Amino acid sequence: MFKIAKSKLPELLKAIAAQQELFLPVNNNGQVNFAAWFEGCNADIETLKTVKSPKDMFFPQSETLYTVKKEQHKLSVEPQALADQNFVAFGMKACDIQGIKVLDKVFLAEPVDTFYRARREHGTIVALACHEPEESCFCKVFGVDCAEPDADVVMWNANDTLYWKAVTDKGTALTEALSGVLENADAADEKAVETEQENIRAIVEKLPYTNLSLEGWNGNVTEEKFNSPVWEKLYKPCLACGTCTFVCPTCQCYDIKDYDTGHGIQRYRCWDSCMYSDFTMMAHGNNRTSQMQRFRQRFMHKLVYFPANNDGMYSCVGCGRCVEKCPSSLNIVKVIKAFEKEAANHE
Amino acid sequence: MQEMINRAKELLSDGTVNRVLGWRRGDMSYNPEPSYFETAEDLDANFVYNGFCGANLSKYMIEGSKLEGKTLVFLKPCDSYSFNQLIAEHRVDRDKAYIIGVGCMGKLSFEKIKEQGVKGITNITIDDANENITVETLYGEKTLAYKDCMLERCHVCKGKEHQIFDETIGESRDTKDADRFAEVEKIEAMSPEEKFAFFQNELSRCIRCNACRNVCPACSCRKCVFDSTKFDSAQKANVDSFEERMFHIIRAFHVAGRCTDCGECSRVCPQGIPLHLFNRKFIKDIDEFYGEFQAGVDPEAKSPLTSFTFNDVEPGVTGGRR
Amino acid sequence: MSITANEEFKPKIVAFCCNWCSYAGADLAGSSRLVYPADVKIIRVPCSCRVNPMFILHAFEKGADGVILCGCHPGDCHYSTGNYYARRRMALLFSMLDYIGVEHGRTRVEWVSAAEGVKFSQTMNEFVAKITSLGKNVRLEDLRCRK
Repeated sequence: MFKIAKSKLPELLKAIAAQQELFLPVNNNGQVNFAAWFEGCNADIETLKTVKSPKDMFFPQSETLYTVKKEQHKLSVEPQALADQNFVAFGMKACDIQGIKVLDKVFLAEPVDTFYRARREHGTIVALACHEPEESCFCKVFGVDCAEPDADVVMWNANDTLYWKAVTDKGTALTEALSGVLENADAADEKAVETEQENIRAIVEKLPYTNLSLEGWNGNVTEEKFNSPVWEKLYKPCLACGTCTFVCPTCQCYDIKDYDTGHGIQRYRCWDSCMYSDFTMMAHGNNRTSQMQRFRQRFMHKLVYFPANNDGMYSCVGCGRCVEKCPSSLNIVKVIKAFEKEAANHE
Repeated sequence: MQEMINRAKELLSDGTVNRVLGWRRGDMSYNPEPSYFETAEDLDANFVYNGFCGANLSKYMIEGSKLEGKTLVFLKPCDSYSFNQLIAEHRVDRDKAYIIGVGCMGKLSFEKIKEQGVKGITNITIDDANENITVETLYGEKTLAYKDCMLERCHVCKGKEHQIFDETIGESRDTKDADRFAEVEKIEAMSPEEKFAFFQNELSRCIRCNACRNVCPACSCRKCVFDSTKFDSAQKANVDSFEERMFHIIRAFHVAGRCTDCGECSRVCPQGIPLHLFNRKFIKDIDEFYGEFQAGVDPEAKSPLTSFTFNDVEPGVTGGRR
Repeated sequence: MSITANEEFKPKIVAFCCNWCSYAGADLAGSSRLVYPADVKIIRVPCSCRVNPMFILHAFEKGADGVILCGCHPGDCHYSTGNYYARRRMALLFSMLDYIGVEHGRTRVEWVSAAEGVKFSQTMNEFVAKITSLGKNVRLEDLRCRK
């Protein structure tokens, strides 16, 4: 294990950026999002949650798939080059990484999404354990341990020090390249990390949503949950905006569109949201015609359809972004609780 | 709050209204949601009204107007402007609404609370005088001044008067302590380069979630122009900076003269973009060019963009401080 | 021979012209053999009021360096009042463009009657000169449309 004083963070970042492209949480006018590093950027590793999840780095909100160019009467198709530069995703949290695992299930299964795979292969994830989990967090519900993220490198932020542990080969390689800035850790430091982990886990136990029960949510309850009358009441405050889907680390639906550049066509894909009225629009129209159906789709997908197709893995990771960001204060926790209450009423 | 519940129960039981549109207690102190209530038990158990009930229920009355019978709706003073404006646009049915104007002491912003270094909130209590809020967290307790936690819009409060109501309950407080156009004027005074850099930076965070549009009581089109599939600029792709600029200019333009400055767009933006700066610029220009106008005061009034005078200012002159 | 960048720059101008006055004015300019730069592309619209703010922005998106809207003189609208509404809309839009930092002068409104061929060509000459001095539109362009 290694360590570095937190005051030396800028030097560490600079050293990483000298090796590879570096993405990290950057504060822009009070809002923290993952962004490319630049000298003097306002790096912020203290804010627990970035507004948008870091899935952007692997699955950007918009990306070009290919370009068609028109010259005179000739058309030429230029495929988009795949990512070929190594990069470091610095400061991802345990829930965000679980989110990437969910995306892996979708994009790395056959047929493989080559754009996504290229980014996954070139990315090194440097995770940061959650120093101070917040009330909207419920990652433990999904079996995520925010004190020990599953990444290439794990960092702990305690005692004004960043403790650094390489886990995978990629992580070791990065660590070796940084030998100039990282210091060796000793037994006392190992102890400090253990204490930090204990502290984190103790706080997690006290979080209000930690004991949320997922009982009754699995891949075999499609009919029962789909036809529940609860949805009709639940969806009412929903404004049909895409905030929850766009801040979510696991939402993976996208739309493919053509953009007329005046001298050709750019075919691109962009995140889509099941909350939008043109989601999965087909020639005959749309198969979900009401907001209730669209709202239901989001939660059925996360808690029923996804586990049904992926060995029981939920496509929610408990990051709590939707809890904080929904304009109408609706969220997946309220949905789960509403069904729990409904089940209790029936008994 | 109890007075509101009691009155709602009375109106429900005597059949004046079929349902109540209010705020439902959330599972945290700060997240009540807009909701319908149909029974006295539900009202007793779950109705809530406090500083976190910022949502403008006028927008929900567009759908509420299509329901059977009357809906009791609670409107704060600034929400009532929106309701009036929706009447002017024939988007809500006055006869389908029983409006109780509720008092407002200024509404709180979760973001502003968190900005003051609060983490892991377990409970928030607001004192009776609405002077302070006490935030209990996993990492200790903190007392914050109510004023420091208010939404931006409350600092430029439009006043305590309800523009439309059947009856009123509760006291209001005028929380205005800033000039409505101060921020706009600050930007106007910048050089073009500075202006451009300022908006470029703010809009670069936009994720095109459309929350600003969907929450807006003035954005009441059944189908938004940005949702059209025949339109180049996709409503959900943040492909490049042009799209964001286009979207936000047009969004604000489409509500120019109809925007009551209720501030919902800025409240809901997940990226904290000061969207009201667009709307207020239009409001300020309208005031300057065509005379003072506040949308939502008089549902019979002609809106500035659907009327004209023979001697209006010429566009060339106005598009830049001479 | 050296060519400076400024000499190379040929602005693309979109002119929205109302069918009844300004388009006829442009026609008159043509048939009177008055000269105005070929950089101006005219789009005929039924009335200046037909132009909504999105048209202007779309023109910039697709690579225009300047956009001008021409309509009947106030009081002369074929539909009585269309240009009055257009005037208010454009006043607000131009002010907004100025507010977000687009160079002042990239947009313009001019009232040109069917008899004002001279005014049409003068206006276009002036406008092209203005846009040439401002240079390429970069603040309101969509990078994807760049060649």
